[in-house]
Amino acid sequence: MQRTISFTLNGKPTRVTVDDQRMLLWVLRSDLGLTGTKFGCGAALCGACTVVVDKEAVRSCSTPVKEVAGKRVLTIEGLSQEGRLHAIQEAFLKHHGSQCGYCTPGMIMNAYALLQKTPRPTRAQIIQHMDDNLCRCGSHHRILNAIQEAAGTMKGGAQ
Amino acid sequence: MTRDDSNSRGSMGNGGSGEGGVSESPPRDLSRRQFLALAGSGLFVFFPTDPLDAFQEPERLPARQGYPTDFNAYLRVGPDSRVTCFVGKVELGQGAMTSLAQLLAEELDVALDSVDMVMGDTDLCPWDMGTFGSLSIRQFGPVLRGAGAEARAVLLEMAAEQLQAPAGRLQVTAGVVTDPSAPGKRVTYAQLVQGKRIERRLEKAPVKPVSAFSVVGQSPRRKDALEKVTGKARYAGDFAVPGMLHARVLRPPAHGATLRDLDTAAAEKVDGARVVRDGDLVAVLHERPDLADKALRLVKARFDPPQPSVDDKTIFNHLLKTAPQPRLVGESGSLAEGEKLAANIVEETYLNSYVAHAALETHSATATIEGGKATVWASTQTPFPVKQQVAQALGFTPQNVRIITPYVGGGFGGKSASRQAVEAARLAKLTGKPVQVVFHRDEEFFYDTFRPAAVVKIRAALTGAGKMVLWDYKVYGAGDREARLFYDVPHQRTVSAGGWQGGNPPGMHPFGVGPWRAPSVNTNTFARESHIDILAARAGADPVEFRLGHLSDQRMRRVLEAAARQFGWKPARAPSGRGLGVALGIYAGTYVATMAEVAVNKSTGRVQVIRVVCAQDEGVVVNPDGSRQQMEGSITMGLGYALAEEVRFKNGEVLDRNFDTYEIPRFSWLPKIETILIENPETAALGCGEPPIVTMGAVVANAIHDAVGARLRQLPMTPARIQTALKRA
Repeated sequence: MQRTISFTLNGKPTRVTVDDQRMLLWVLRSDLGLTGTKFGCGAALCGACTVVVDKEAVRSCSTPVKEVAGKRVLTIEGLSQEGRLHAIQEAFLKHHGSQCGYCTPGMIMNAYALLQKTPRPTRAQIIQHMDDNLCRCGSHHRILNAIQEAAGTMKGGAQ
Repeated sequence: MTRDDSNSRGSMGNGGSGEGGVSESPPRDLSRRQFLALAGSGLFVFFPTDPLDAFQEPERLPARQGYPTDFNAYLRVGPDSRVTCFVGKVELGQGAMTSLAQLLAEELDVALDSVDMVMGDTDLCPWDMGTFGSLSIRQFGPVLRGAGAEARAVLLEMAAEQLQAPAGRLQVTAGVVTDPSAPGKRVTYAQLVQGKRIERRLEKAPVKPVSAFSVVGQSPRRKDALEKVTGKARYAGDFAVPGMLHARVLRPPAHGATLRDLDTAAAEKVDGARVVRDGDLVAVLHERPDLADKALRLVKARFDPPQPSVDDKTIFNHLLKTAPQPRLVGESGSLAEGEKLAANIVEETYLNSYVAHAALETHSATATIEGGKATVWASTQTPFPVKQQVAQALGFTPQNVRIITPYVGGGFGGKSASRQAVEAARLAKLTGKPVQVVFHRDEEFFYDTFRPAAVVKIRAALTGAGKMVLWDYKVYGAGDREARLFYDVPHQRTVSAGGWQGGNPPGMHPFGVGPWRAPSVNTNTFARESHIDILAARAGADPVEFRLGHLSDQRMRRVLEAAARQFGWKPARAPSGRGLGVALGIYAGTYVATMAEVAVNKSTGRVQVIRVVCAQDEGVVVNPDGSRQQMEGSITMGLGYALAEEVRFKNGEVLDRNFDTYEIPRFSWLPKIETILIENPETAALGCGEPPIVTMGAVVANAIHDAVGARLRQLPMTPARIQTALKRA
């Protein structure tokens, strides 16, 4: 059904008038021009399209846009504040968490959601939380190290 | 559209380190003279990416595309104090953008941040065959260093004149030339080239000794890192051009299926949708990608199925039946003599399945045609060959096609083929609109150029004293790279029939095959290193000591000894119950020794790899952390083909179409990984993006055998295959 959906996108009030069954991924990438969120599988299997809705990591390729009405959507583009990188982004830089970089936005957003809920995760908790985000280049250890370090540097938990 | 500078910069991904070297509009028909006229002042050094064989094949001749024939890369030192290197190589995640810039910064004595890499843009970069085979550093590295040294020498001559001091006395730091005996006297590279245009062709400039390196051998932050963690890095599917349509192409259900009838009426009724048919190409286009997909689902198409053919179980007999006559790869001694000396013969057959590249970014392209010129942003490893393919498909001269390669979201060999770029360009021509084609995951699996399924047959023998005396090796379907034995065996022969490069009899491989990270070497190493372990066990020897007893190659002995030391290898005869394995390999001149510890769950057949130690000799190490990153990536990716990855198919239909049934390695699979880089300043820098992956099949197979006594001769070693092997053991 064509209707107007209002939500907060990276801190800004946003309205789109679209078929409300369309997936959030395509509305973000095509209608709103935010291409940092990636398409990988289209079936919630790889995590490249992960964004954070309120405090939950969701697969935007399989989330109808109507489900974010009235909610706060955070994408990779909204993570750094006033030009300052988020601690997870800084840690990815330091630990060389990206090779081809295609999985990186989804990895970072999924990690962000984890640290919101569990500011001091164990390595096993990180692995469990990140396990459905795929990386083909094999940067897994560096991603884990980056998330662990980010958790440690965010005083009082995730910001 | 207007091709403004931000597009060019996006394509180079300059790492946010300031202005790129070229601010003018890109030239349309690039001869060197014309390019220089546009590129303004500066010092230009022209050089080949590979002086030995870059220009051997006729289709590679740059002259045909309007280029001079004596170079296919160049650097420019500009009056804006930026150094720009133009090269047809691309950044796939392997880090070439950073490591190549390091080589250049080192020889020129400039800051790494002042170097911009312009990569894979066919209008800005001279011709290059493609980014594959761990060649970027191995072949291109030495000439790039030479060019940097040449530029530095020219600049020093100019500085000597300006500062009125002998060139030999001058020093350079971060592009600033000073005279130590006259403090205060200084001139920058940028000042020296101001208002001048100097052209040089690389002859042979002396490069720095390894001991003088200060940038090479360091692990700086990757030039692409900041854009990748902020979502600013653009891939081929991230380019939005005003008026652009997204295309979804109708695909057959199976290779060899033919379209019988087509009804597009329902799709055409979708608001904003367009249906295009041009011969074999049927596509639905819409300004929103998901709505194009929705409309495609309304197309009613009936296909005639292909003749029944092979499936993933019958493929191995099929390969043996259809393979061409085996070709001799290498021979020494005589097999007949070896047979006479044989006391203990071991004969085995090794199998591996088709494996997908499965990069996270699917094949993507954005094409626009304006004023008779096509521009295509493509995820490709081969921008220059793609330019030819697009020109041919459009009926354009190659000069009227530009391929821009932005960041590529993983290649592994799979983006050497770039069907999507041709489709996007054809559809742009047919619709008169910019068109984007992004493969869905099922198309990615369907059109992938898989790592070929293969059969290896080995007949080998020991003397009564446990020395290898005979080695008769036949590989079918994979190819001959690194098929030759590096162990000392007096009587040996290696033959190969068919492979990943093409030239196979029609129908031998029922669909596209191609290079897959270290092509043919994963197959050959799995077979060889498994067989060596069986022979070691037969000889009653520890697998490491057995290998050392047959190795006179000092580089190989050194990597094996280094791995064993780090691993804490204690000799034992397999199966020892400890779950430890070893495998050795060579790829593109780089040597690796890998050791692994595994745990096997006997009731489920599941394997967890607990620890992997890998020692690598890649010659001079350009970027230690970059090398380790590539080694870790190779080891992790290798777990996939070792334990899970195989493409299932039947009668031309690819049955694995997404990550639900086609499993790739994930966080919970990870072993502890320890990497060792061997110090070897005597050998020039070699490739490091592929080598360790070749050992992963055998090291895991050997460790599984050591754990539970079951020998796996087929990849992948799935729980079901392990359970079957356990019953036999």
